[in-house]
Amino acid sequence: MGDTIGSLKIGEVGVIEDFSLDIIPLCLLEMGCLPGKEVRLLQVAPLKDPLYIKVNGSHLAIRKEMASQINITKL
Amino acid sequence: MKNNSVVNIALVGNPNTGKTSLFNQLTGLKQKVGNYPGITVDKKHGKCKISDKLTAEIVDLPGTYSINPQTLDETIVLDTLLNEENDSYPDLIVVVAEVENLKRNLLLFSQIKDLQIPTILAINMADQMERKGISIDLQKLKEELKTEIVLISARKNIGIGQLKNEIENFKNWNTEPIANISTKIDAEFFKDLETNFPKNTLYKSWLLITQQDYCHFLTNEQHAKINSFKENTEKIKKYQHKETIYRYQIINDILRKTYKVDKSQATDLRSKLDRVLTHKIFGYVIFVGILLLIFQSIFEWASFPMDLIDGLFANLSEIAKNNLPEGAFTNLIAEGVIPGIGGVVIFIPQIAILFLFISVLEETGYMSRVVFLMDKIMRKFGMSGKSIIPLISGTACAIPAIMASRNISSWKERLITILVVPFTTCSARLPVYAILIALIIPSKRIFGIFNLQGLTLMGLYFLGFLAAILSAILLHKVLKIENKSLFIIEMPNYKLPSFKNVFYEVVEKTKAFIFGAGKIILAISIVLWFLASNGTSSFKNAEEFITSKEENKNLPEEALQKKIASYKLENSYIGKMGKTIEPVIKPLGYDWKIGIALISSFAAREVFVGALATIYSVESEGEDVGTIKERMASEVNSVTGKKRFNLPTGMSLLMFYAFAMQCIGTLAIVKRETKSWKWPILQLVGMGILAYVSAFLTFIIFS
Repeated sequence: MGDTIGSLKIGEVGVIEDFSLDIIPLCLLEMGCLPGKEVRLLQVAPLKDPLYIKVNGSHLAIRKEMASQINITKL
Repeated sequence: MKNNSVVNIALVGNPNTGKTSLFNQLTGLKQKVGNYPGITVDKKHGKCKISDKLTAEIVDLPGTYSINPQTLDETIVLDTLLNEENDSYPDLIVVVAEVENLKRNLLLFSQIKDLQIPTILAINMADQMERKGISIDLQKLKEELKTEIVLISARKNIGIGQLKNEIENFKNWNTEPIANISTKIDAEFFKDLETNFPKNTLYKSWLLITQQDYCHFLTNEQHAKINSFKENTEKIKKYQHKETIYRYQIINDILRKTYKVDKSQATDLRSKLDRVLTHKIFGYVIFVGILLLIFQSIFEWASFPMDLIDGLFANLSEIAKNNLPEGAFTNLIAEGVIPGIGGVVIFIPQIAILFLFISVLEETGYMSRVVFLMDKIMRKFGMSGKSIIPLISGTACAIPAIMASRNISSWKERLITILVVPFTTCSARLPVYAILIALIIPSKRIFGIFNLQGLTLMGLYFLGFLAAILSAILLHKVLKIENKSLFIIEMPNYKLPSFKNVFYEVVEKTKAFIFGAGKIILAISIVLWFLASNGTSSFKNAEEFITSKEENKNLPEEALQKKIASYKLENSYIGKMGKTIEPVIKPLGYDWKIGIALISSFAAREVFVGALATIYSVESEGEDVGTIKERMASEVNSVTGKKRFNLPTGMSLLMFYAFAMQCIGTLAIVKRETKSWKWPILQLVGMGILAYVSAFLTFIIFS
């Protein structure tokens, strides 16, 4: 069971692994969420969802559901 | 170049890049808001003098992260840039990027550039480069991107002149594409594509294939041709992903050579503010505080100008009556047109204040934090964090609120938001509430601080939100729509709001309300006046009939006139209509006069007060016209002999107006946004039943 963006703790950084194209929507890629890029978890909303991340220079908020499908290697 | 040529310029860019600031700088007060043909997305456009010889018609396209649209607003960008038949098809494009997020901004730029329309890159907020430790090798970047670049600061009016100078020369710009998509992805596939669409640039053909559903301008023949390429949708999807990754590779390579950030220079204000504003306790406290401030100001600050407007229009009617020659035309002006216009103008203070707040919250970047804070909660009700903005806007007017739901990408979340927004207490309900509360609730203080009337009003607002939430939960359970939600929001950096942007936004939204809803209100006021001052034969013979009656022989002149007027109203067209529905509304505690007001406010609620005013002033023709409230307070129930507007009737009316869907403007916009009559009809019927039942129960409880 590998790590995902959903399993990061606040302040932790991971590198996005190759992901399945069926799961990750094109618009997430277009926002800079690409394989090989570093992703840092900045904040978690009060009810543990959504997540506020910084990836490839972009500050984004995504829902946990999607975050948990993006595999990463923790740094 | 001939004298005074006009070129079409499209402004394209990510949200939060200051694109609108640039648009405001270029066009100033010469900007207009129109509609794109066939859809209701606002099209902001305006004229700008580029040089003595060149004038530009500039269109501010909706902010988008990519040319592949996710939301309705974004399809406009695609449509404008691909459809050469479109009136706003650009001669040249200005892509606005922000210096801090240049990498992501360049993705959109690279897509636009590949369309091979003359394109220039304007890098905004360049004045902050030093402070943020950013340096750019501009010459090199120009070469690599094969484009002209201008560093600007739209807010500070820096670089705008230079941008205009460059635009003058647009015919000489390099229109080579940046990304060579064909060889990098599937040379054979793209070769085939190229031979099949020889007239188009390759990237345009590729977009036609991937975005066919959004390209409304295609002919059937073109559709068929495109479909032949789309047999393998998985392949197309894979190629889109590959394309995006490839574009980012190119951009990364270019930026590595040209763009440097010295991190030690960067300040950490953003994360400090984020920690407070999205905190699990303070975050909500601050949000609730801001909401209270907004509502407080809608009531407190707006009441003064509203009273002023109210008084002004009452005086105008009086002046018109006294100074114009007597006759039908004067009556139309004094009793139809002037109160009609007044009924629209009176909402301007509230609407302007609300949009002032919303615009400031969006400008500062705070709104994204609210969306972030509220998303999980709103999802429990089948909505999205983004539904917060429509729900708050709904307290001004449901029409712009429903339009603000466009950036919700999930259809189910968006539909539920659209369906429940009309429950929020819009400003059209306020005058109805205000007058009824003043009539039936005593102005007492409770615990020495809370005004009972104020509390009732608060309660009605709360009721509106509660109804919205409860019906959202119900819809969430009932609607069987696959919920494919793509919730990705950018958290922009905080910035101070620009006065100019806020000002234009408020003016634009207020204008849209006046000319949209205003037309309906004015038209109804006039129709209503006509229906009330014309009627069947008994209406025409009213004077004769009443005077000839035995019992009236000895009445003084004044009382006689009153009797005639009231008989006239009863027999006017509108009186007949009110009488017809009286049996239906009697259980709610209403008589035929209130029935008239209900019928006329079916199209727009705020007409209620005006309608009663018209009815009572028509009735007391020629007499001193006191304010509406005094007239209503003195109205007597002909059966019981007590006051017409007593507690049971008043409360029942409040419930009716809280829930009923009485707004043709909203129904029309829901029809357009959902592309079906099903949803507005559901709203009309569902809210109507709820209104009737709750008004009925309320009347029984309070009687």
